[in-house]
Amino acid sequence: MTVFTCILFLFLIVCAVAASLSKSLLNTVLIFMSYSLVMSIIWVILESPDLAVTEAAVGAGVTTVLFVLTLKKIHAIMGADAAEKDAENELEYRRRRNS
Amino acid sequence: MSRKVSREQYEKTISYRLKSWLEGSRDLYVGNLEMRPQSPRQEDEDTRRQHREDQKKVRARVYDTEHNREVLLFKKVYRIFSLLFCVLLVSMLLIGVADLPPFGEADKPVNNEVSQRYIEKGLQETGAVNIVTGMILDYRAFDTLGESHVLFIATCTVLILLRTDGKEGESGREESNDRAYEPKNDVILQTAARLLVPFIIIFGIYVILCGHLGPGGGFSGGAVIGAGLILYVSAFGFEKAERFFTGATYKWMSFGALACYCLSKTYSFYTGANHIESVIPLGTPGAILSSGLILLLNICVGVVVAGTMYTFYVMFRKGGY
Repeated sequence: MTVFTCILFLFLIVCAVAASLSKSLLNTVLIFMSYSLVMSIIWVILESPDLAVTEAAVGAGVTTVLFVLTLKKIHAIMGADAAEKDAENELEYRRRRNS
Repeated sequence: MSRKVSREQYEKTISYRLKSWLEGSRDLYVGNLEMRPQSPRQEDEDTRRQHREDQKKVRARVYDTEHNREVLLFKKVYRIFSLLFCVLLVSMLLIGVADLPPFGEADKPVNNEVSQRYIEKGLQETGAVNIVTGMILDYRAFDTLGESHVLFIATCTVLILLRTDGKEGESGREESNDRAYEPKNDVILQTAARLLVPFIIIFGIYVILCGHLGPGGGFSGGAVIGAGLILYVSAFGFEKAERFFTGATYKWMSFGALACYCLSKTYSFYTGANHIESVIPLGTPGAILSSGLILLLNICVGVVVAGTMYTFYVMFRKGGY
């Protein structure tokens, strides 16, 4: 096992612990994405490039997008100011549509 | 025998009154009942203060978590048990990993005659240079068919859970909320998408088509194409994407791909089980048109996966096409 692999495994463990300990949900999702990216590099080192491509596309790409979308739907991403602005924008949009 | 009556005469009859009572067009009490105008509710300062204090007392009793004995006990027990559970789970996993044979050892239980056969005869039996693809789409193609169906059923479940019926109201408000911001016309995002999306989709198609020659295959290529479509739709909005990809497109695409997979695999299972010579040539290994049905099956899986990834995104974003 080379030094590079050891560093990657260490990063993996740190990511896994940090994802579960992080208070902010958005941070958790982003840490999870970096976990997937490191995992895909490790798949290449373990000589399974098939899995690496899938891990990079599904784990780091699509899953993260779906998580972020869900967080946006439940208004977990934005702060209080942004949420207020959001509501104003929506009111404006509805007024424009009704007139 | 019926006869015509004038409107005034008809309005005096019982049937007219019954009808208007049923329909509610006439209020029986108007003009018949004396009503006193309601006086506005009077509350002096004392009773109001009393009410407020009562409410405060009730709230303090109900939400008094610091002196509630059950809540305190639950908190303590919860902490202890969650710690115990974590330690138990971690130790179980570590013991399980410790019992695994070392990585890459020759006399592991997985190195039996099955993998031996796959490695030795895989190339001449399936015609695929990539042994992994030969395994999952020829020897174990039934597994992969199940996986494709799992994906399709997952989309159906997401559709049932997240679908909005497009009517005005609570769901319509949500949709308008999402629609309000798109297309956002973000210059950075749009330029990046314009540069990247063609390459991502071409790379996905390459991964699908060369699944039997090198690393890749239907699932990974389909996921790459789906990610490219998601990037496109998040940069340019749904209106542009719906010019070429709508709900009907997805339905017919997945139906066609799954049916094609089923039919071609039925053919090869039938000929294989009855020792009939298959008419589909295996071709020279290494050529793009080789290895029998694997190329077709890869394309089918890729189409289903790409459509599913994109549909997941659309469902999460606005709940329906």
